[in-house]
Amino acid sequence: MPANPIQLRVNGKSVLVSAGTVLAAAIAQAGVTKFRRAVTGGPRGPLCGMGICMECRVTINGQTQCRSCQTLCEEGMEMRTDE
Amino acid sequence: MNHAFDIVIVGAGPAGLAAACAAAESGQRVAVLDDTPWLGGQIWRGEQSRPQLSQAQRWIERFRRSGATLLDRTSAIACPQPGVLLAEHPDEPREIHWQRLILATGAREMFLPFPGWTLPGIVGPGGLQALVKNGWPVDGKRIVVAGSGLLLLAVADGLKKHGAKIVSVSEQAPWSRVLGFGPALLSHPGKMLQGAGIKLRLLGVPYRCGVWPVKAEGDEQVRRVTLTDGRNTWTEDCDLFACGFNLVPNVELPLALGCALSDGFVRVNEWQAASVENVYCAGEPTGIGGVDCALVEGRIAGCAAGDRHAPAKALFAKRACWHRFRAALARAFALRPELKSLAADDTLICRCEDVTLGRMKQFNGWRDAKLQSRCGMGPCQGRVCGAAAKFILGRGMESVRPPVFPARVSSLITSGTSASNPNPNQTTT
Repeated sequence: MPANPIQLRVNGKSVLVSAGTVLAAAIAQAGVTKFRRAVTGGPRGPLCGMGICMECRVTINGQTQCRSCQTLCEEGMEMRTDE
Repeated sequence: MNHAFDIVIVGAGPAGLAAACAAAESGQRVAVLDDTPWLGGQIWRGEQSRPQLSQAQRWIERFRRSGATLLDRTSAIACPQPGVLLAEHPDEPREIHWQRLILATGAREMFLPFPGWTLPGIVGPGGLQALVKNGWPVDGKRIVVAGSGLLLLAVADGLKKHGAKIVSVSEQAPWSRVLGFGPALLSHPGKMLQGAGIKLRLLGVPYRCGVWPVKAEGDEQVRRVTLTDGRNTWTEDCDLFACGFNLVPNVELPLALGCALSDGFVRVNEWQAASVENVYCAGEPTGIGGVDCALVEGRIAGCAAGDRHAPAKALFAKRACWHRFRAALARAFALRPELKSLAADDTLICRCEDVTLGRMKQFNGWRDAKLQSRCGMGPCQGRVCGAAAKFILGRGMESVRPPVFPARVSSLITSGTSASNPNPNQTTT
C-alpha cells in the first residue's frame, strides 16, 4: 500500500494511489487500458502523456473530456472511462 | 480574474524558468503560466522529488526565490488584443496583461502513423517517461522502444530503473549518422558523460540503429510489434510500445500572436526577440536543442526583455556552442524517407476524427482536406496529424485559429468583458 494513499474510484472500482499520481496512471493501475472509444469505435489510450493529443480524455466528477494525463489524483475523485 | 505584469512567460520548463529568473532578478514584475500543476515542464517532471540535488531542482529553487508569480494549471487559449492573453484555469478564466511576453512553449513528440499505431499501450517514449514519473505502472512490463532521438536511450534507462523489461531499443537513423554525432558530444562533456552512463546501465539491452517499426498488432491493446532493418523483418512481443520520432516545436501560440516562422521554428534575433514587437521566444520553439540550449536561450530572453543587454550578450558564446549541438542533433537523427510509406491507405492519420491516409490523399491541400474530411479539426487541433501529414504528404497545418486549445465556452464569453479597460497597475479579482 502506498504511503499517504489517496482513494478514488475508477469505473466504480476503488483504487488507492500515492500522492503525486496522475489520473491516467491511476486508471492504468486499476488495470484499465481503454480510456475512450474513437469516433469509429476503436479503443484508445494515452499517446503523448503531455496534454497534447487528447487521447486520454475521461469523465472526472461528471465533467467530460478531461485530460487524465495532466490531472493529479485527489481524494474521493470519481472517474469514468468509455466502456 | 484579471492579472497585470511587466513580463509574462508562457511555459514553466527549462527555458521559461531561466527566463523568469533572469527577468525577475532585474526587478520586473514577472509571471509564468503553465498548463500543468508542476514546475519544470515535461522534461523535468518528477525531478522535485528526487533525493539528490539535480540541475532541475536548482532551477526550481532559484525560481521560487526570484519573486516571480506562478500561474499553474493555466493554459493560454487566445490573444484577444495586443498585450493580453486569455487563459483557462480549472476554476476560472484568466485575463493576463503583459508589457513583454516570452514564449517558452516547448516541444512535443512527433508521431508517425503505421498500421496499428492507434492501439492502447502505444505511447510516446517521452510521454511514457512522464507518466511513469507520476505513477504509471511499468514494473515487470515488457517494453519495446523505437523511433528516433537521444531521448530513446534516456527513456529506456529510466523505464528499466522502474522495473520494466526493455525488449529492445531501435533507432531509425543509421549507425553511420549516429556515430557522426560523436564529435558534437565530445564538445559537451556533460552530455557525453550522461550518454556513457546510460549506455553502461543499458548493457544487456539491444540498441540497434537503422531499425524502424512497420506494424503493431493486438486486440484491445498492443501485443506485438513488427520491426525492420530494410532487409529483414521480425516481430517482438510486448506489453507497451514506446514509439516517437524526435520532437516538433509547439508553435501554435506564437502563430496565434503573429510570430513569423522559419523552417517550422519561431524566427528570433540575437536577443531572442520574435518578429512581433515585445514578444520573445526561447527554447524548443526556436529549434530542438535540448535542456541546456533552452536554459541559455531563456536567460538571454529574460535579460533582454528586462532591458539588461550586457548580461544577455555575455551568454551569446555559450548559446552559439549549444546551437552547434542543435545542428548536429538534427543531422544525426534526420528521418529516413522509408518512414513516409509506413501508413497504408486504410491507416488512420487523424486520430481525433478517424480520417485515413487514403481519404486525406483525395484532397489537394491541408485546408481542403480539413474542410471536407474534418482531419485536424478534433480536440488536438492537428497537433498530432499536422506534423505527420507534413512529413508524409508534404502538407500540414498552415495557420491556427483561436482558441489555440480546447476551452470552455464560459472562458471565451469572459473574453472582452474586462479587456476593454484594463488597468495595468492593478490586479483585480
